[in-house]
Amino acid sequence: MNASRGIQDPWWLRYSFIAFAVGFLSLLLLLPLYEVFTQAFSKGWDYYVESLTDPIALESIKLTLIAAGVAVPLNLVFGVVAAYCVAKFDFWGKSFLVSLIDLPFAISPVISGLIYVLIFGLQGWFGHALAGAGIKIIFAIPGIVLATIFVTFPFVARELIPLMEEQGKSEEEAALMLGASPLKMFLMVTLPNIRWGLIYGVILCNARAMGEFGAVSVVSGHIRGETNTMPLHVEILYNEYNFTAAFAVASLLAFLALATLVIKTLVDLRLKLVKNLTAEGTE
Amino acid sequence: MTFRQKTILPGFKITFTWTVIYLSIIVLIPLGGMFAKSFSLGWADFAEHAFSERTVAALRLSFSTALAAAVVNLFAGFVIAWVLTRYDFWGRRLLDTLVDLPFALPTAVAGIALSTVYAENGILGSQLAKAGIKAAYNPTGITIALIFIGLPFVVRSVQPVLEDFEIEVEEAAASLGATRLQTIARVILPSLLPALFSGAIMAFSRALGEYGSVIFIAGNIPLKSEIAPLIIITKLEQHNVQGATAVAAIMLMISFTLLLVLNFLQIRQKRRAI
Repeated sequence: MNASRGIQDPWWLRYSFIAFAVGFLSLLLLLPLYEVFTQAFSKGWDYYVESLTDPIALESIKLTLIAAGVAVPLNLVFGVVAAYCVAKFDFWGKSFLVSLIDLPFAISPVISGLIYVLIFGLQGWFGHALAGAGIKIIFAIPGIVLATIFVTFPFVARELIPLMEEQGKSEEEAALMLGASPLKMFLMVTLPNIRWGLIYGVILCNARAMGEFGAVSVVSGHIRGETNTMPLHVEILYNEYNFTAAFAVASLLAFLALATLVIKTLVDLRLKLVKNLTAEGTE
Repeated sequence: MTFRQKTILPGFKITFTWTVIYLSIIVLIPLGGMFAKSFSLGWADFAEHAFSERTVAALRLSFSTALAAAVVNLFAGFVIAWVLTRYDFWGRRLLDTLVDLPFALPTAVAGIALSTVYAENGILGSQLAKAGIKAAYNPTGITIALIFIGLPFVVRSVQPVLEDFEIEVEEAAASLGATRLQTIARVILPSLLPALFSGAIMAFSRALGEYGSVIFIAGNIPLKSEIAPLIIITKLEQHNVQGATAVAAIMLMISFTLLLVLNFLQIRQKRRAI
């Protein structure tokens, strides 16, 4: 018996595994996605546009853009800084620091919202002081932004740390030896090397920032047209049995998810290509 | 600075300081504040909130549904990762992309879509109802939503290990007379176990705290289909901040324990790889 036949799966195993995978993914993932779009367009194109251009819906879209617009750049800068620190230097307590950066992933979104209520809410640490000064954080936009920053905190750093660790620091050292200033080294060597991983981290971060529900729900207070983001607006419409409008707003978020997946796939291919090329180069 | 090794690269102090300050402001101080608050409650108050009948029922429900979903994902995730790495067929790349959908799709969208599909008048729910299965507004519905959000964790954890698996080991097993099934069950599967379990634990941990995709399909009946995160929300809506904090503290302790187990597993997995 030749070896290559020995490592081939029998045909029945092949077909039953493929059938299972296709069936499972279709019923669990594809069908709900299909449902979003059929429900959204069930009353026709005009009703769809009407649901999206409703002033309260537009307010929710605006608020979602604000929250992501603040959270994503802040976490992008943090991600690059933290990844540079962790990947290029050896210091005491490094793995502990990495675990702390990952912490928001392990915490329920509801608790992520709650911790800010405990600090800035009326019964919280600074609640009275803030209320006295007339500053509103909880049940207002700053709370929503804070909660969004918290839940999307690790995305960029997490994407960049393994990538930068793999790249090592020899290219940066070479640049410095050749007389580049630290800023020039960072802009011309470090940043270009990580750009694909950076794009990857940012789109994942953005998808979560625009779609976050649990954490934002706790700090929002659900004031219509004021503190409702798109996912919260979807919830309200759905609970009012206004299913078509709920799915219409949801379809925008689903489009965002699909775009995220497409970009992610392209970046994945690109990263693999680069990896294969460098692997060939060293052989 | 003696606590780091020497290198000529600039910027350690500034990047380290920034990392620690930002981390403290966004994550550590708020979390610490929550623990301080829950400790300040005193044991009697804490126990009254954390161990009330309704809270215990919700924690038990969250635990059992998350466990059921993780077990389903353990098997389904293995098969899907296997199919994606080992077989070449039309549509494989599309399937591979689709696996990440639960990561990219906002949980509220997933929630309303799943409950529409699996409700008694939904596309799938109506078929299941004919077979006598109620798949929404009960613990079964909760489990379906948790399978949805947990699946990518297992697939993405196992996939790289399968990709890197050395074909020579399989050939050796085959040339020594093992059938293909024996090779899979006794050679490949054992080396996949750490990755499978860490994926399943990640899925389980995410499922325990999951809110958005679950509440629409859960039914939310106290003592029957009310999940633990919903208890926190309900208590907050009743302005019972202390009660919400007590329940949150219990959930956080469970999450941190899981995180420790996960770290341990991943260290073992790394050692095995070397």
